[in-house]
Amino acid sequence: MSAFYFDFEKQRPRLSRREAIRRALFAASGLVLANHLSFKAYAAPRAARAKAVIQIWMWGGPSHTDIFDPKPDAGYDYCGPLKSPIETNVSGIRIGELLPMLSKQADKYSIIRSMTHGNNGHETASYIVQTGRQPGGRLVYPCVGSVVSLAKGYDAGYKGLIPPYVVLTEPQGRFDEAGFLGQRFKPFATGGNPAQIPFAVEGVVLPGFTDQRQKNRRELMHHLDTLAQSLPENPQITSATQAENMAYDMILGDGAKVFDLAQEKPDLRDRYGKSKFGQSCLVARRLVESGIPYVTINYGGWDTHKENFTAMRRNLPDLDKGMGTLIQDLSERGLLDSTIVWWGGEFGRTPKVQWDAPWNGGRNHWGKVFSAVLAGGGFKGGQVVGSSDAKGEEVKDRPVYPVDLIGSIYSQLGIEATTKLPNPEGLPTFVMPQAADGIKSAGLLKEIMSA
Amino acid sequence: MSPRAVKFTAIIGGWLLLSVLLMVPCKTSAASPFENGSVGAPRNKIDELVFARLKVLDITPARLCSDPVFVRRVYLDVTGTLPTAAEAQQFILDSSPDKRRVLIDRLLEGDEYADLLAMKWGDMLRIKAEFPINLWPNAAQSYHRWVHDAIRDNTPCDKFARTLLTASGSNFELPPVNFYRAMQNRTPAGIAQTVALTFLGERADRWPSNQLAGMAMFFANIGYKTTAEWKEEIVFFNPASTNAGALNGSPQKAVLRDGSTVKLSPDQDPRIVFADWLVKNPQFARSVVNRAWSWLLGRGIVQEPDDFRADNPPANPELLSFLEKDFVSSGYDFKRLYRQILNSQTYQLASIPQSNRPEAAANFACYPLRRLDAEVLIDALDQITGASEKYSSAIPEPYTFIPDNLRSIALPDGSITSPFLEMFGRPPRDTGLESERNNRINAAQKLCLLNSSLMQKKIESSRMIDFQSSGNRSTTEVVTGMYLGILSRFPTAAEIRTAQEYYQTGVGKRQAVVDLAWALMNSTEFLYRH
Repeated sequence: MSAFYFDFEKQRPRLSRREAIRRALFAASGLVLANHLSFKAYAAPRAARAKAVIQIWMWGGPSHTDIFDPKPDAGYDYCGPLKSPIETNVSGIRIGELLPMLSKQADKYSIIRSMTHGNNGHETASYIVQTGRQPGGRLVYPCVGSVVSLAKGYDAGYKGLIPPYVVLTEPQGRFDEAGFLGQRFKPFATGGNPAQIPFAVEGVVLPGFTDQRQKNRRELMHHLDTLAQSLPENPQITSATQAENMAYDMILGDGAKVFDLAQEKPDLRDRYGKSKFGQSCLVARRLVESGIPYVTINYGGWDTHKENFTAMRRNLPDLDKGMGTLIQDLSERGLLDSTIVWWGGEFGRTPKVQWDAPWNGGRNHWGKVFSAVLAGGGFKGGQVVGSSDAKGEEVKDRPVYPVDLIGSIYSQLGIEATTKLPNPEGLPTFVMPQAADGIKSAGLLKEIMSA
Repeated sequence: MSPRAVKFTAIIGGWLLLSVLLMVPCKTSAASPFENGSVGAPRNKIDELVFARLKVLDITPARLCSDPVFVRRVYLDVTGTLPTAAEAQQFILDSSPDKRRVLIDRLLEGDEYADLLAMKWGDMLRIKAEFPINLWPNAAQSYHRWVHDAIRDNTPCDKFARTLLTASGSNFELPPVNFYRAMQNRTPAGIAQTVALTFLGERADRWPSNQLAGMAMFFANIGYKTTAEWKEEIVFFNPASTNAGALNGSPQKAVLRDGSTVKLSPDQDPRIVFADWLVKNPQFARSVVNRAWSWLLGRGIVQEPDDFRADNPPANPELLSFLEKDFVSSGYDFKRLYRQILNSQTYQLASIPQSNRPEAAANFACYPLRRLDAEVLIDALDQITGASEKYSSAIPEPYTFIPDNLRSIALPDGSITSPFLEMFGRPPRDTGLESERNNRINAAQKLCLLNSSLMQKKIESSRMIDFQSSGNRSTTEVVTGMYLGILSRFPTAAEIRTAQEYYQTGVGKRQAVVDLAWALMNSTEFLYRH
């Protein structure tokens, strides 16, 4: 057993009997040092398969049984009007009937139908799903995006103008994304609406301002900064000047161009769908193309306590076009091999419909079982991992805990489980939980990770 | 009229008054607008101890700050609020010799003082309705109100701490019981860690484990129970608790931080024993005075201000010891402590250093530059432009009532927030560590201040801009009004010239005023305490 929770050894196929005994002995005698060595020997960092992640965050908790885990045989009280799932381009995999474009891309993504954590509160569940941790300690852990921006950002040689962790378009505000990593690792939220032209990325694009006026008033500002002139070597002012230069490189330089969707062909923009979500997917592709390692699309509207089916009919076509085209477009450009697309929310929704008023066909929170989707970046397509029971109420086989999914993403990105996360109190904190943290796990998603 | 409207009227009034007063030649310009002569004889014991230490280190302190710097600084530090143009001007032109002392006394009695300090204490006590603290909105509101009023009434700090540590009752009815609810880890050891951080300024994670276990004993008999009322929770002394180390009917030993052992009897709430010890322990007073010092002077005598330990000694032990003893002998009078520091020359030094020795900053040889706290910054922007911030809470139900025109420093609950506050490093109130607040400027913040629609809207819709760009005011008048309103001082002759030249580049009058306001709001002088 490794000292770390994530037991890469256990995942290794064909462990020799002798080796298994040796390790069992080490575990029993608690030889920590030896454990650590054996861990290193067998969990040598995988070569990074993926360079970037696009996280489609289904804020509110999407209804798993209406989307990627349909249960047409469960009857009207469970399916409502959405009782005819459609075949995909992978035989044997069916998905919700409102997802025709995604049905044609199923060979490129895998569906996990056995996600579970059992929590039904938005905040806590968001925290569990995005950090792999349980609340209750003294610390708040960073979410995946912040960890990636630590491991792949400015401290790791990233040199882009745009910060390494971008959120389209608003931060979710459920918990402090960067946790104890602090302000530097918070996402850059674009604001604005990419479905409008120009996409007024907050702070980068100010409609109606010419570059000349920008330059003139910047000069005025410098002339009038009397205090800064009196404090030539002050470190606060030096870092403010650096930040200002970076800001103007974005405003006046190339930074803004990556957000300029007018540079895309109109028919491709149409394929993504003209919704805010669809165009966000297109921006996400452009960001990844330009080297940003982590992009989150915060996609709200899934907390469907009331009139779930109306919401599905309204929202799913946007999801279908945006995500379907994103996967196809990444694939056509050869970017899918190095880009993970991670779709999911904080939980699923009550499989049994609440027909009575005021819910009128609503679904509540459901943390017992829900779905997630992974594509690209070394994850295989055309697979289904685990399953829920006949009504989508319980995990039937192969439970997948949030930490398993997150650990698999880190593994594909080449981020080691044992990498230390700096925290202000100097406590020993790592990318992945340790055994002592007592987090439930069922192992990495080896079945969909390319060897 | 709302307080904001009053304030705004005062701003406009100030500008009108200014049109009359503009011809007053004195003090409307100076060679350096920031400094005002060298340090004189020590004004109080603080100065004696600070300057003696600087002398040993052979460090020349900065000059004294000018009146315009002082008025802005003391408003921001004591009230988290900019002086209006009229307030700044009145102070600058006042010729009475004790005007600084008088202003300090006045500001310490204002509502904004209690707002600002309640914000600081709210950070330390983690007053937050939602994840991960989960106080729940109405409990957060009543807890904040209780803390605010205690600060306003200048409740002695020992009594304040004792009440928080010993309260029993409902989270809705007895606000201080929320102290024991406002933490993620409610195990006895987790509570002991929080208590050590909050009231001793120590990180108990670094203690030997038996020390923490010994102190945890005092918190092993805290019970929590729910009631029929949604989200109500009772915090109580539970003699029958089965927590590790709990009394559970028989006497137990507990260990205080100073190593002394106490025998706890099952009929006595051990929290009371602990609280009685705590408030008499010098480390409690030291941690409070050190925090107060760091809030005013940018760093603690022990730095980080909540990281006391043997291998992190105070920069000036005599100063810390003096403040501690003085604070105790004053009956834990926090306002008096603030008043002493604020009246010292040490506090009133300019921000322009006269020494570049590396030890200068840790020994308070000048007032350090610090970016305004997120809440103070947005309030200042809104005050000048007459705008107001929109807040939201992530939890929709029950809807948290957020009144219009609520200033950010007065927000009761860490879960009520805005994108601006998040971007500018408002603490998430997860742990209560001072370092949670992050005032380091970054490119995203610069983008927001320089070029966002948020700033643009505030400036464009500002009544100040309307006022300044209407009528036939001379450039000098306009520039002077803008300087007083935004930077709390009169412009220098060179600054007036620069502005005049900008007017002459052919931009329209209104655009010139807009750009001037924008430039001043993006200046170091505006964005930083100095």
